[in-house]
Amino acid sequence: MSVVTLQVDGRDVAVPAGSTLLQAIRAAGLSVPTLCDLEGLEPVGACRLCLVELEGSQRLLPACASEASEGQVIRTDTAQLQGYRRMAVELFFAEGNHVCAFCVANGTCELQDVAVAVGMDHSRFPYQYPQRSVDASHPRFSLDHNRCILCTRCVRVCDQIEGAHVWDVAERGSDCRIVAGLDQPWGEVDACTSCGKCVDVCPTGALFAKEDTTAEKHPHPERAGQLRRAREQRQWIS
Amino acid sequence: MDLMTISATPAQDPAQARPRLRLATVWLAGCSGCHMSFLDLDEFLFELAEAVDIVYSPVASDTKIYPEQVDVCLVEGAVANVDNLELALTLRQRTALVISFGDCAISANVPGLRNLCSAPGRDSARTVLERGYLELADASAQLPFAPGIVPELLPKVLPLHEVIPVDLYLPGCPPSAERIRAAIAPLLVGQRPRMEGASMLRFG
Repeated sequence: MSVVTLQVDGRDVAVPAGSTLLQAIRAAGLSVPTLCDLEGLEPVGACRLCLVELEGSQRLLPACASEASEGQVIRTDTAQLQGYRRMAVELFFAEGNHVCAFCVANGTCELQDVAVAVGMDHSRFPYQYPQRSVDASHPRFSLDHNRCILCTRCVRVCDQIEGAHVWDVAERGSDCRIVAGLDQPWGEVDACTSCGKCVDVCPTGALFAKEDTTAEKHPHPERAGQLRRAREQRQWIS
Repeated sequence: MDLMTISATPAQDPAQARPRLRLATVWLAGCSGCHMSFLDLDEFLFELAEAVDIVYSPVASDTKIYPEQVDVCLVEGAVANVDNLELALTLRQRTALVISFGDCAISANVPGLRNLCSAPGRDSARTVLERGYLELADASAQLPFAPGIVPELLPKVLPLHEVIPVDLYLPGCPPSAERIRAAIAPLLVGQRPRMEGASMLRFG
């Protein structure tokens, strides 16, 4: 196994070749906030919270979706990055209809967590109050677009772990949204196995079980990684 | 503040030498839950009463006019009508440190959901009034109109900081009594609280 060595916030770290910058950051005992990243799913670089500075480059790199390479000097916590991260989280709140007070995910929401992590005490950007809908056509689960941050964890877990590929992303810009099947009501999509993995990994209250009301969601984001490891390591064969 | 400390006799507790803080609490468009949480401070309310003068408050004062020279004001609720707006502008002029107290003041929160109800060509105030008083009415459909008595709704519900400059944000729906205490206690000794971490910052 070949190894690359790089420097993260002044710390030397060695990781297997092919590792991401995020893996290198964590190997160095450091962390950056993330939302779209999830162990077990292919990285997509959607949320932009894990942006880091690379010495010698003007571009900021999404750590989750950038490969670590030999001799890189990475900074993860500069004033510039802290500013961008807080701005990104404020924009998440401003662009959707996130009302924590009566959200199914209140208390277990990863968007709430990153707001704390970046020190967001209010949004400097006016809330947009977009007109969005709720799809409650599935017998067991609902999708509340008001609370979706387009991390695409649901899209990826359904495609990469369950193999059903029920979810996709439609439209562009502020019209961008998650769609089921061929932009059908979720309950009418035959491909859906009702496995609930999308609900397990959703970081907010966008996907939830119908029996759960305010602050009752019990997400299981760890399941994507558990299933991936079980398959790769053939843990179900004794 | 420094002059007071210097002139105090050595035996005197420095906190005793401070002029009593003039504290106000204000209730705009909110459910009063933040004030209920404030009352949950229980015995700390006695300590607070020792240290401050509550000069204006829906739960601890009968004063109707917002007074001059207020040191700290906790403002619960969003700005939803002309009375809210007038009081917000007044308290900003007369207060040294304005605190957005709870999620409604910070983000408009639940009162702000009215902003989602705006029919084409009509603002959300008009839309919800027509829905409530005309479309759903039976015999006596009419829009409320009583200038000077019933405050007019603003076209859009706004968080406090979009109306006046805010000095400190105390999130929560409501902020717990512990969080309120942790935010207020440093102010009593002339310090700013550190609003960091899940215990002080988490929304909801």
